[in-house]
Amino acid sequence: MRWTAAIVCLALFALITALGFMAARWRRGDLDLLHEWGLGGRRFGTFIAWFLIGGDLYTAYTFIAIPALVYGAGAIGFFAVPYTILIYPILYVVFPRLWAVCNRHGYVTAADFVRGRFGNGWLALAVAITGIIATMPYIALQLVGIQVVIGALGVGGHGLLHDLPLIIAFVILAAFTYTSGLRAPAMIAVVKDVLIYIAVIAAVIVVPIELGGYSKIFAAIPAAKLILAAPKGPTMGSYGAYATLALGSALALFLYPHSTTGILSAQNGGVIRRNAAMLPAYSFLLGLIALLGFMAIAAGIAKSPEFTAGLKQYGPSFAVPALFLATFPGWFTGIAFAAIAIGALVPAAIMSIATANLFTRNIYREFIKRDCTAGDETAMAKLISLVVKLGALFFVIFLPLTYAVQFQLLGGIWIIQTLPAVMIALYTRFLNGWALLIGWLCGIVSGTWMAASLHFKGSIFVVHLFGVAIPSYAALWSLILNIVVSFVLSAVLNPVASDRHKDATAMEDYA
Amino acid sequence: MVHALLLPTAALILGDAMPTPVPPPERRPRASLLRLLLLVPFVGVLWVSSYNSLTPTLGGIPFFYWYQLLWVVIAAGLTAFVYFAER
Repeated sequence: MRWTAAIVCLALFALITALGFMAARWRRGDLDLLHEWGLGGRRFGTFIAWFLIGGDLYTAYTFIAIPALVYGAGAIGFFAVPYTILIYPILYVVFPRLWAVCNRHGYVTAADFVRGRFGNGWLALAVAITGIIATMPYIALQLVGIQVVIGALGVGGHGLLHDLPLIIAFVILAAFTYTSGLRAPAMIAVVKDVLIYIAVIAAVIVVPIELGGYSKIFAAIPAAKLILAAPKGPTMGSYGAYATLALGSALALFLYPHSTTGILSAQNGGVIRRNAAMLPAYSFLLGLIALLGFMAIAAGIAKSPEFTAGLKQYGPSFAVPALFLATFPGWFTGIAFAAIAIGALVPAAIMSIATANLFTRNIYREFIKRDCTAGDETAMAKLISLVVKLGALFFVIFLPLTYAVQFQLLGGIWIIQTLPAVMIALYTRFLNGWALLIGWLCGIVSGTWMAASLHFKGSIFVVHLFGVAIPSYAALWSLILNIVVSFVLSAVLNPVASDRHKDATAMEDYA
Repeated sequence: MVHALLLPTAALILGDAMPTPVPPPERRPRASLLRLLLLVPFVGVLWVSSYNSLTPTLGGIPFFYWYQLLWVVIAAGLTAFVYFAER
């Protein structure tokens, strides 16, 4: 047990617990209304939105998994940088439109918008279920971040005792999300991000000094990991994989319910546009964090007997915690670990809120209890936020970690299939609701089939076109199929069975 | 009917603990051709063969890494430029 680090960690955790409960009184609103509980009353300004969306998108899982990928696989793991570069032009152009139409009509979820735009409850249901299922494993993976940290603190024990710290952390999370809604992660995100920035900036300065500079660090990396393998012959090789992973992930990101929730909680479209220019600070940070994977190699983590057990149990995910333990004094390691653990709570809270909003609005109110009051609606959402978190907890404790990772991989392929109904629909009403539903189905089935043919171990599917092998992120291939089907079927359906009269939105709602 | 409840004006939603004056309406940006500049980062980072190289290094960091980090800054700068130009 590493006591100093554990005590610092615990103290910071106590601090954010208090903040989480106090948040209910912050910018007080009627928490019995869904947009107050689930969107923080849509009143976060530029500053809070920066912390909230930053804490929402750059999760603990990202901070653990990306350097782990760089540590294990090398250059390909750096795709996270182009990925998080490309999300911001998309955010700037597309999502203020979504904000505007949702604000005008009181929509709380992307599926609400689809319901209003197409007047088609089934299409909205498809969008909602996709969002819920894609998010669940993502919440579970946040827990893995906490687990790794708890393991690195040297908390031993077996069975239930081993999982006890994780369970306690999650009960606390569940409790303050229940009482405070989106205000809790918004407030905590500020603390978490300050800690993350301190930890990472210290690491990228101190570690290279200890290891003798960046040139020494990179000299210690095997050549095959340093850059991508140049493709040989008629194939786009690793370049195709790298570019499409970045592009596909970028297109999918803002379709995730927790991203939508973060965006819709902004005060106005200007907040979103300003943040599109300010949030890249996190991308830069993520690039530095990715390099921590190489630093862990250079620091000889793998050879140190102190970390053998951790690396065996958690795999490459243990690389960054081990690097911190090897480099910093206990109290500072405590700060860094607290940053990761709290960094898991922020997105986990937002994800469970987003999932709860989807269930309540687009399943419960649409199909189960049409005449529910605003109070019923919010009570149901609060309850679902608990159920979702419990589900994630069971997932992590009772199922092998690989399931969560594989589901998350599939989740990316699935969530991107809502792009035509959400993003393209912000620009045109040419698409027909039923055509979109069939396109969505084609995308889901083809994408899942591709992932299955790769035995759910990877997401790069090779298609041969005109004699050239094109390895590409399966999400992108299936999205192309989805879009083609949606447009072709719309062209067929529109003359005979147009559903345009069902559009509850007007042109001027989008500005 | 819930929609009606959710549609109070921005001023009501914005109400803090104390009554807040009605905020000035947000200026609508003029979506301009300048937005085409936002396509530049896509070309920059998706053209992988243009930067998959070890040299030139910068402070010991191979080209592949610092070049992409540089694009984070360029892309953010372009977005900021478009934002201010459209205001």
